[in-house]
Amino acid sequence: MDKTNCITLYEGKNGDFIQITSMDIEGVMRRRLLDLGFVPGAVVEVIRKSPLGDPIAFRVSQTTIALRREESSKIQGELMKHE
Amino acid sequence: MNDSYRIALAGNPNTGKSTLFNALTGLKQHTGNWAGKTVSLAEGTLLHKGKNYRMIDLPGTYSIFSNSRDEEVARNYIVFEKPDVTLVVVDATSLERNLNLALQILEMTQNVIICINLMDEAEKRGISINERLLTRRLGVPVIKISARNKAGFPLLLDTIERLAEGKIKCEPARLTYDKDIEAKIASLEPLVADLVEDRISSRWVALRLLDGDESLLDELKSRLKVKEGTA
Repeated sequence: MDKTNCITLYEGKNGDFIQITSMDIEGVMRRRLLDLGFVPGAVVEVIRKSPLGDPIAFRVSQTTIALRREESSKIQGELMKHE
Repeated sequence: MNDSYRIALAGNPNTGKSTLFNALTGLKQHTGNWAGKTVSLAEGTLLHKGKNYRMIDLPGTYSIFSNSRDEEVARNYIVFEKPDVTLVVVDATSLERNLNLALQILEMTQNVIICINLMDEAEKRGISINERLLTRRLGVPVIKISARNKAGFPLLLDTIERLAEGKIKCEPARLTYDKDIEAKIASLEPLVADLVEDRISSRWVALRLLDGDESLLDELKSRLKVKEGTA
């Protein structure tokens, strides 16, 4: 996959599938995100954006979890092809 | 009553943990308060083959790294109160998510049974689970049940009994970290072992210290102080 496929979760559009590659978050919040299933390698689906675009609901490991921009903009991944 | 075995129930929220608790104890639950903690835990009694077991229902959590009060309570109970058996209840329809907590608990304590609940729901969705393979990989008994139908209970109860009495031994699979972290664990572990003796897994404490877990450090300090004070 070429570089252009790299986006943050925040930049995802409804229906996008993004495979997480890295996270620029440390400490307790990083731990929390890992526990919720935001781990490198995991495929996350962008489910729905709030009217103002924040927070965004993601489907990860069979559960829907909403993240604010503060976190979702620090999680990088590769945009996967649409089905 | 105090010579009966203590069985702690841990698991993610919504895994049917309380359904299992109520089914095993026959709804005879009451709440108990634990030293230094105001959070109450549900406790009940289970009678199996003429023996009493005390069951303690820990708060449902996704993790046990003390991000919240609930996680702290669950962690402190498993690590410091040392139940004879810790039953980790996992959701058969969402194993990947649930095994996170299970692996964390396997690092903390040895006598663990993984209880795969909601098997009826999983079968409806066409999910099949190879519990023998999981048992081999994890090094602890893995048992499939359906708490609401009381399916799988005889095997579960026998396993609890055999583990509590030391007739079977668990050898939880140990996670190996990268070289740097393993080196740091190796240098910390002997120092930790001096402090906690063999009451707590020194490898686990070393890992938590490397992670900067201040809540655990505070808990250890206060508990060691109490011990010195009474010694």
